[in-house]
Amino acid sequence: MTLGIVVFPGSNCDRDVQWAAEGCLGISSRYLWHEDRDLSGLDAVVIPGGFSYGDYLRCGAIARFAPVLQEVVRFAEAGGPVLGICNGFQVLTELGLLPGALTRNEHLHFVCETSELTVQPGSCRWLKGYSNGELLRFPIAHGEGRYQIEADQLPVLEANGQVVLRYRHNPNGSVADVAGICNAAGNVLGLMPHPERACDPATGGIDGQRLLAALLG
Amino acid sequence: MPLYRARVLVSLRPSVLDPAGEATRAAAGRLGVSAIQRLRIGKAVEVELEADSLDGARAQLELLSDRLLANPVIENWALEQLEPATAEA
Repeated sequence: MTLGIVVFPGSNCDRDVQWAAEGCLGISSRYLWHEDRDLSGLDAVVIPGGFSYGDYLRCGAIARFAPVLQEVVRFAEAGGPVLGICNGFQVLTELGLLPGALTRNEHLHFVCETSELTVQPGSCRWLKGYSNGELLRFPIAHGEGRYQIEADQLPVLEANGQVVLRYRHNPNGSVADVAGICNAAGNVLGLMPHPERACDPATGGIDGQRLLAALLG
Repeated sequence: MPLYRARVLVSLRPSVLDPAGEATRAAAGRLGVSAIQRLRIGKAVEVELEADSLDGARAQLELLSDRLLANPVIENWALEQLEPATAEA
């Protein structure tokens, strides 16, 4: 079991993910530099938070063309589990692996707090350790986390059970309180909250452990 | 190859909330300009590129705008200006 952790210039949660995986859960990991193309031996890939390439133009817009992500798309299309956290979620929407887009928070403030989420795992492989309707506490830290999707597309996601995580108290103006979206196949999850920061008891909570541990079983 | 100069305007789609535009509208009111009914913030991207013809330049700009400069989920784009670059400019 080895986790690939994508590192762009400007990523800043790559080490948090490594600590959560290796330090808290005993999952081995390997960094994938943005120019790497070798995903051999990896069982899953995480695109961590941060400000990839400075997030110029739009969040995730430049990262979309990174060589490593061309391989991640192939990996995902072959059924490999891919997780995008915060900036990683923005990258997955720019890539087209997940529908919708993340836009500026409604109130314009950067939000940094603990968020309460309700989970509806459906067929999402990353969330199989949680029960339907369970309440989770993950930290959030973002300025552009307002999920946006065309009005006629949201009911499609709802009907497919792809809206897998919702805020109890919407912190950014996301449509339908969306905090996380899974693809229809169940192997690609994107979320604005940070499960990797809810893995070490020293930081206040371990609700995120089961998300990363889903890979073990 | 001849040089062309273009400007691409990227704007938020009408259905997408523009919090920065709303904040700017509020500030305009404090300046005393209070009659503004609508204010939306976009991006103007100035491009100079070489192409074999005007049509060739347009084709490259359309690809650039559609695939990189704008995200069609939330943004529209328009090719505002496309002309041969003059020597003095």
